[in-house]
Amino acid sequence: MTLSQKLYRAVFGLGRYFIGTVSDFVASTGKIILFFNESMRLIFSKPSRFSEIIRHMEFIGNQSIGIICLTGGFTGLALSFQLYLGFKLFNAVNMVGPTVALGITRELGPVLTGLIVAARAGGAMAARLGTMRVNEQIDALDVMGVNTKQYLVSPRLVAALICMPLLVAVFDFVAMLGSWFLCVKLVSLDEAVFWQKIADFIEIKHINEGLFKGMVFGIYFAVMCTYRGFNTSGGAKGVGEATNQGVVQSMVGIIILDYFVTNIIRVFYNLMGIS
Amino acid sequence: MSNSAISLRDVKKSFDGGHEFVLKGINLEIPKGSLTAIIGFSGTGKSVMLKHLLGLFKPTSGTIEVLGTDLSTLSPDALTKFRCNFGVLFQSAALFDDMTVLENVCFPLFEHRRDLKPAQVLRIAEEKLHQVGLESKHYNKLPSQISGGMQKRTGLARALALDPEILIYDEPTTGLDPILTEMVDNLILSTHKLKQGVTSIMVSHDLSAAFRIADHIAMLDSGRVLLFGTPEDFFNTDIELVKRFVNKGMKHQ
Repeated sequence: MTLSQKLYRAVFGLGRYFIGTVSDFVASTGKIILFFNESMRLIFSKPSRFSEIIRHMEFIGNQSIGIICLTGGFTGLALSFQLYLGFKLFNAVNMVGPTVALGITRELGPVLTGLIVAARAGGAMAARLGTMRVNEQIDALDVMGVNTKQYLVSPRLVAALICMPLLVAVFDFVAMLGSWFLCVKLVSLDEAVFWQKIADFIEIKHINEGLFKGMVFGIYFAVMCTYRGFNTSGGAKGVGEATNQGVVQSMVGIIILDYFVTNIIRVFYNLMGIS
Repeated sequence: MSNSAISLRDVKKSFDGGHEFVLKGINLEIPKGSLTAIIGFSGTGKSVMLKHLLGLFKPTSGTIEVLGTDLSTLSPDALTKFRCNFGVLFQSAALFDDMTVLENVCFPLFEHRRDLKPAQVLRIAEEKLHQVGLESKHYNKLPSQISGGMQKRTGLARALALDPEILIYDEPTTGLDPILTEMVDNLILSTHKLKQGVTSIMVSHDLSAAFRIADHIAMLDSGRVLLFGTPEDFFNTDIELVKRFVNKGMKHQ
């Protein structure tokens, strides 16, 4: 085989691999969108799954509060400490509070909450549904005349949609308490100035931005993890793979989605004339 | 009116757009009120056929009628509701592991009999569990806390909860020891006798059980029905493959 033939084969193989990967991605995205669409449509169909929604809210929301408080508090402390060290260089330590508040409410609050809850609750969702699939429990529901998406998926989506903004609010609150503790109690900044500066710079739209992102991230990780779990095949190995894929795709997706949602919110604010 | 509970006419199924067929034209009439066993080598399409009966798979071509209804005419929602006519005992029992034995049996009743009060649902569930011979001391245990045989009994009680017209047993004795196998076989037979008019279908590798308890037997091979008849028909057949399967199967059991 000549060098040009080898080169041709290599380029051809690479091209085929690239096209295959792209077409797989497009097909998979299409399936996830259809899955999401059907699951959302079923939220409003009978019978009502109110008790299931409450049960999943307890799991996603209530059981995540501890870990959210812990990470929120230490995020506030660490971020404030870094900013304090930086701002001290040019005598702007009074700006630590509002800078932390802006960073937390608009970015770190929703993103870190999304990552933590996706890992904790999303992973559990994918593993639970995957186990139900390989143990024929989903088939059993099917043959019992139960709409499995309406019973298993829709309540989880609703619960994530409701709980995530609430968890983001808890994260923001605890992170600001952490910031207050560092600034006021540890490095002795003036407490009144600390709160006044935050009040000067923080507006309700900044908090709303974070809460909106929380909703988007919540629905995103819930869709990814339930989709992976629901379509599990291949026994225990399949459950492990589904959980892994669900969590990794949720976490990477949240980081990527964050950039686009931030831009969409900017465009929306510009259109609405909100500076 | 047809005497068949289930009829399959020239049912073909391909999963790859028509290149290779798993079912290659199944024709089968399962009489109402009978206990029919479906047997065959592994990979002959038994499970795929079962999923077609339940409406979980759509045939590539051919028609499937269940209790006089052509499944292809039903919308997805109507098909979901139609499945209440079936009670299925899975190979693994497929009990919901976060619910107790009693809750597992109550589940289909809470789903489909919303006219009943919780006390009535509990009474029916206890009645079904009693029917399959499960003692009340196990009702509040989780599936993981009871034996395999008890799990099968619970699965059967759950399958019976809505008084279905068709009972399906998907390889109910695979992986069980001989004592448990006999217990499950007897349970199937006694349930079939108790539920007059109910059509029972058992997919099984257990030939001795199939010959002992079934009224009719269908043997599948390479996606086709090789022979459908009574147990006597199977012993008297001239079809070489059926003879070999029966002789070897009976020898092993």
